[in-house]
Amino acid sequence: MPPIAEITRRRLLASAGVGAAALGVGGGGLLAGRQLADASDAGTGSVPFYGEHQGGIATAAQDRLHFASFDLLSEDPAELRELMRAWTVAAAEATAGEMVGNVNEVPLAPPDDTGETVGLLPSRLTVTFGFGPTLFAKPGLGLGEKRPAALRQLPPLPGDELDPNQVGGDICVQACSDDPQVAFHAIRNLARIGRGTVAMRWSQLGFGRTASTSRSQETPRNLMGMKDGTANIRAEDGEAMERFVWVGDESPRWLRGGSYLVTRRIRMLLEVWDRAALQDQERTIGRHKYSGAPLGGSDEFESLPLGAERNGHPVIPVDAHVRLASARENDGARILRRGYSFTDGVDESLGELEAGLFFISFQRDPEQFVAIQRRLGSFDALDEYIKHVGSALFALPPGAEPGGYVGEALLA
Amino acid sequence: MHRNLVRTLICLGAAALLTALATACGSSDDETDATTMSGKLRSETSPQVELAVADYRTYLEENTALLVANTKPFVAAVVAGDVGAAKARYAAARIPYERIEPVAESFGSLDPRIDARENDVPANQFQGFHRIEKALWEEGSTKGMAPVAKQLQADVEELAAKVKTVDLQAVQIANGANELLGEVSASKITGEEERYSHIDLVDFEANVEGSLAAFEAVKGLLDESDPGLSGEIEADFKMVSNSLEPYRTPDGFVSYTELTKADTKKLAVAIDTLAEKLSQVPAAIVSSEHQ
Repeated sequence: MPPIAEITRRRLLASAGVGAAALGVGGGGLLAGRQLADASDAGTGSVPFYGEHQGGIATAAQDRLHFASFDLLSEDPAELRELMRAWTVAAAEATAGEMVGNVNEVPLAPPDDTGETVGLLPSRLTVTFGFGPTLFAKPGLGLGEKRPAALRQLPPLPGDELDPNQVGGDICVQACSDDPQVAFHAIRNLARIGRGTVAMRWSQLGFGRTASTSRSQETPRNLMGMKDGTANIRAEDGEAMERFVWVGDESPRWLRGGSYLVTRRIRMLLEVWDRAALQDQERTIGRHKYSGAPLGGSDEFESLPLGAERNGHPVIPVDAHVRLASARENDGARILRRGYSFTDGVDESLGELEAGLFFISFQRDPEQFVAIQRRLGSFDALDEYIKHVGSALFALPPGAEPGGYVGEALLA
Repeated sequence: MHRNLVRTLICLGAAALLTALATACGSSDDETDATTMSGKLRSETSPQVELAVADYRTYLEENTALLVANTKPFVAAVVAGDVGAAKARYAAARIPYERIEPVAESFGSLDPRIDARENDVPANQFQGFHRIEKALWEEGSTKGMAPVAKQLQADVEELAAKVKTVDLQAVQIANGANELLGEVSASKITGEEERYSHIDLVDFEANVEGSLAAFEAVKGLLDESDPGLSGEIEADFKMVSNSLEPYRTPDGFVSYTELTKADTKKLAVAIDTLAEKLSQVPAAIVSSEHQ
């Protein structure tokens, strides 16, 4: 079936003269893989789907998110393989700016592609797949022995106020794009392809990235008005990526070159936060609100003066968020943050905004996140203004090659 | 399956039907585009297509006859002012209608007159089954309902008459199978259909039965072009039927109000799974019709 003439996104890409976007890497980048090719913020290009690593991890953070957690309905291993095969093909089509499937112009047949992205550029769409601990517990799938020891349900953490409907999942899909319709379309079409094999468990739309994952990106602000992601690992920092993000030999072979994904839906009590004095807001986080510079500092990117004191008190308070989250306070542990702001309307019982941060982090070992969150959940001044209401952990396989599918090494 | 039960209840000669159908199909028309719901006759009909259409017409007529037969005692109870008896007879009248609903919808105002819910129509046009349902369950009375009930009887009889001569095509029948599942998704799973009596699961099963009957009518055509899909759909119909079982009671189904979100989600997932595959049938049987 030939593509619809004149309006395929591929043609639009060609006529706009956009090929692989220019490399925007600063000096010293050691990263292999093609995902860096889109490091610019320009956001009209196509991120290659296949490669050593899945996209959407080291990819420069796009502006929009659609995240979905699925329950697997069947324990037939062949069905799961077929699902990942079909999902891989569809994801590769969508990220390349092609329509999903090949039955899209038969009058009597419902089109394979739902159509809302026809005429839109892929806008750096990435689609990333992960497997939750519960998948490995399904006896019929026979995956029990392949579960990495580190892939266990996150333990209860201080400050948790988890809604069971927002927790967990057997399989996840993260779709990120600069165009919200493109991100939405990816999840919607994958959910449709998965009809009968998986059912949606929960999903999250995110607007506004709350991290920079590339040096070429300016630090965005989260809904508290604070710059978020200043000290984040950057994709160009190959050494940090290898050390803190990409899974290595400590893991079963099928996961090497992948990562662990933690999601935490963090509700912000914005009405309360907005009443706090500027000084209190800054002391809660540990940074000046507008410049993003650490308290006691003048430049956003200077290192935290954790030892500095004034009048016998630490300049950055002992319970300040950036102190408690810092690598120094956590035995050098770092995580790659890649979250998004969200709002889901109104909490009817309060007449208040249901909004906050859909926190996403990638780490080589979930324990990196757990250790940091244990500390934050116990001592962070920020806890007065937030609630963790959702949580999930997934193991993300490495990238796939054309003809293969994501998760093949696990499922084949 | 209720379909077989219905066959034994109503005596209709299949041969007589085929004869009537053959006469109706006599006029030729070089139309080869069979895509609309308007019921245009096809010029080329293989014996298999004729059989599919005849099969489904039998099902339609059996159910409209049952609809007329079951509405009578319901109406009688309403007219007599017997709320208890009317309530008890309501479901039996609903079932045959919900099996064939898309066909009724093709006749313009008949469906709103028989089956509209309160906010589907302006207040002064709210009549039919659900107007009476509201009176019985919400008001606990039949006051003012006698004329509504009599009009309902007249409307179902009109439907039974119209169905005898409606033009049918295989693709249209296959579309009807899909529409019935759409009905389930839109109003039965949500409890919006039977707002006062809460017998939505009764309607749910009837919609699915009707969908299965339509599918079975065209299955022979589908087997020619895509036997794999045909087998999968059959399995999915069984799966949907199984998913309803936990809610069955000796005299019907549990009230919709007893379903939790987890219950409705299970049912919705089952229906969505079946419907996604069933939606591929119209295109598949057209390709077989062109052989």
